[in-house]
Amino acid sequence: MSTPPLPDPEVPPPAATGTAAVTTTDEKPPPQGNTVMREILSSGWLVTVLAVVLALVLSGVLIAAADDDVQAALKYFFSQPMDTFAAAWSAVSSAYVALFQGAVFDTNAETFTAAIKPLTETMTVSIPLILAGLGLGIGFRAGLFNIGAQGQIILGAIFAGWVAFHLDLPAYLHLPLAMLAAIVGGGLWAGIAGFLKARTGAHEVIVTIMLNSIAVYLIAYLLTTPVLQNPGSTNPISPAVPKSAQYPLLLGDSFRLHAGFIVAIVAAIFVWWLMGRSTIGFKFRAVGANPHAARTAGISVNASYVWVMLVAGALAGLAGSAQVLGTDKVLTADVAASFGFDAITVALLGRSKPLGTFFAGLLFGALRAGGFAMQARTGTPIDVVLVMQSLVVLFIAAPPLVRAVFRLPAPGPRKARAARSTTKEVAA
Amino acid sequence: MKNFLRVAALSGAVALALAACGDAPDDEATPGGEETATSAAPTVEPVDFKACMVSDSGGFEDKSFNQSGAEGLQRAADELGVEINKVESTAATDFTPNIDQMIADKCDLIIGVGFLLEDPIQAAATANPDVNFALIDSSFSDETFAPVTLENGKPLLFNTQEASFLAGYVAAGMSATGTVATFGGIKLPSVTIFMDGFADGIKQYNTDSGTSVKLLGWDKDKQDGQFTGDFENQANGQNLAKGFIDQGADIIMPVAGPVGLGAAAAAKDAGDVSIVGVDADWFLTAPDYSSIVLTSVMKEIGAAVFDTIKEASEGNFTSDPYVGTLENEGIGIAPFHDFDSKVPAELKTKVDELTQQIISGELKIESPSQN
Repeated sequence: MSTPPLPDPEVPPPAATGTAAVTTTDEKPPPQGNTVMREILSSGWLVTVLAVVLALVLSGVLIAAADDDVQAALKYFFSQPMDTFAAAWSAVSSAYVALFQGAVFDTNAETFTAAIKPLTETMTVSIPLILAGLGLGIGFRAGLFNIGAQGQIILGAIFAGWVAFHLDLPAYLHLPLAMLAAIVGGGLWAGIAGFLKARTGAHEVIVTIMLNSIAVYLIAYLLTTPVLQNPGSTNPISPAVPKSAQYPLLLGDSFRLHAGFIVAIVAAIFVWWLMGRSTIGFKFRAVGANPHAARTAGISVNASYVWVMLVAGALAGLAGSAQVLGTDKVLTADVAASFGFDAITVALLGRSKPLGTFFAGLLFGALRAGGFAMQARTGTPIDVVLVMQSLVVLFIAAPPLVRAVFRLPAPGPRKARAARSTTKEVAA
Repeated sequence: MKNFLRVAALSGAVALALAACGDAPDDEATPGGEETATSAAPTVEPVDFKACMVSDSGGFEDKSFNQSGAEGLQRAADELGVEINKVESTAATDFTPNIDQMIADKCDLIIGVGFLLEDPIQAAATANPDVNFALIDSSFSDETFAPVTLENGKPLLFNTQEASFLAGYVAAGMSATGTVATFGGIKLPSVTIFMDGFADGIKQYNTDSGTSVKLLGWDKDKQDGQFTGDFENQANGQNLAKGFIDQGADIIMPVAGPVGLGAAAAAKDAGDVSIVGVDADWFLTAPDYSSIVLTSVMKEIGAAVFDTIKEASEGNFTSDPYVGTLENEGIGIAPFHDFDSKVPAELKTKVDELTQQIISGELKIESPSQN
């Protein structure tokens, strides 16, 4: 164990790993980013739920405002205000009913299969969100604001796609190998950012954003070359993924739900074990709480940065494999959609904990799946769903705003509790 | 309290002012009655047929093929009285769920816009034999890339190169500097097909009249050229066009949707430079630049959509591909409008001759991007 660089009389001898470092009062304060992040991650469940409620209410206003009937009624609002409210109510309620029917259970459906299909769609759409969100969550808890899930998903998809298209193997080898390729692809891409941060101090936000752009153009380019392009086509689209490399369907041909969902569950359990039970996860969290203190305690902060990014990238790469080997079964430049960015929201909403991220991913999957029905049945623009998601993250990121809206007490005593739990966590 | 009174007074005043603006519809008109009143004017017998459309990630306001398709759909609703529904996709991952929604919505005909929807449309057509499908800008093929015919799937294709051939011929004939240019948004077959025809038209003009008009921005043999990289950033189109103008080009055909407007802006700044529009007649759709639009290569996606819906709603749906040609006017070049007096009569005659030759099959314009 190394001695602290600044001798401090109050510091007990660093015999017990970790405890010393974090309870130190005169340590250099952790970087601003880590503090902000921790504040967001430590706000209560109530704030999270209220943020979602608030987002739904505000989106309702938007839905009403965009509705033709409401606009027509609004013209004579002051002579018959009830018309406007009636139209707004019918617009908003029908939109949200369609959202529910498209995301959970379709009450209009004629067969049971059709009725529960929305729920399986929600699960299917949530797979990449959960996987990438888990990866981002690890980064957030280690104090790394990784914006690069988008690029990591794309690289994972490229690697998985290459293995799927170019190797001819039996299913028991082909799928695992393609998944492994996705892990490697995503991991390497994120590893670049981790390495640069560790080696040169290059800020991960900037590096990952730039790597996103590179990934977008890389896949667009590769889809015009024999590396990924469908040989019979002049369009930038890959061949179909052969059966042997596809994630098996979980519920038969009528549903799109595939084994990627199981991968997501396993990944969530793995992350729970990694962050909560393993030494490596302990180091990650210590670095996130205060890198200076962690360094003092003998943790290699730089190595942790690289490892955090590798793990996060591997999970995002798996998210890419879920798209190309499971949901889409073909690779296009659009493979990552906006999953990489939505996953940031998912990780924040789930406060970077595995279980929270899992449910946040399901919620966002539901919003997305329900958004299709909302658009098809009520003509509500799909963009409203994006606004809703953005509002959720806006409120999550500003807990004082939510507290002010609902007149919740400021978390005075909670601060102490948060501090205590950090100490406990690190001491554990 | 003082503030409160002030706000109350103010909002009262605003309320009164607004109340004066709009009167409620008469008593007999219930909410929603207004709607029936307005839509009742052009009476079309409602037809028991539902036509639906799924966009690609460009959305229905892309000033390009999604928009043209949606216009055809709307026209079908107005003129044929069919029911319609349309959904936008924000990414490729949305295609299948959106098509599923349209099937659940009991659409009789579902039209997918763009080659990216080929696989999702094909899968849906196979799984739902009682629903008809159409696909814009792509035909169907199986896993080994061999073309397949689906009983209930109709490809809507366009021999765009024929029209852009004529545009290239005119451009070569009109260029004072002997240099013309083209560029694309993204290197997609539906883009480069324009550029191939344009290149061939210039070549034909050079052969016919012994000139050596140069084309910048596209090499048909190498199938390579200049692209801005997206269909959104007009500044890129402007910069690229400026580059061409600096190299002496005086006629530019931008095949890049709204990005082309950037090129039009550069051309207008430069003076003496004109533009060949694409997809629609830019003289009409881009009034700011109508004075510099030589002609446009038109691709009548809206008409193709309308015709397909018409056939299907009358019970005559076939899976034979619709191919827009000069002959059926699914494609064509726009009138010269302001340039009409400047285009020499012999060039016009020649263009008419070439049109006839293409229609009769005597002259074949080919492109690797053709479906």
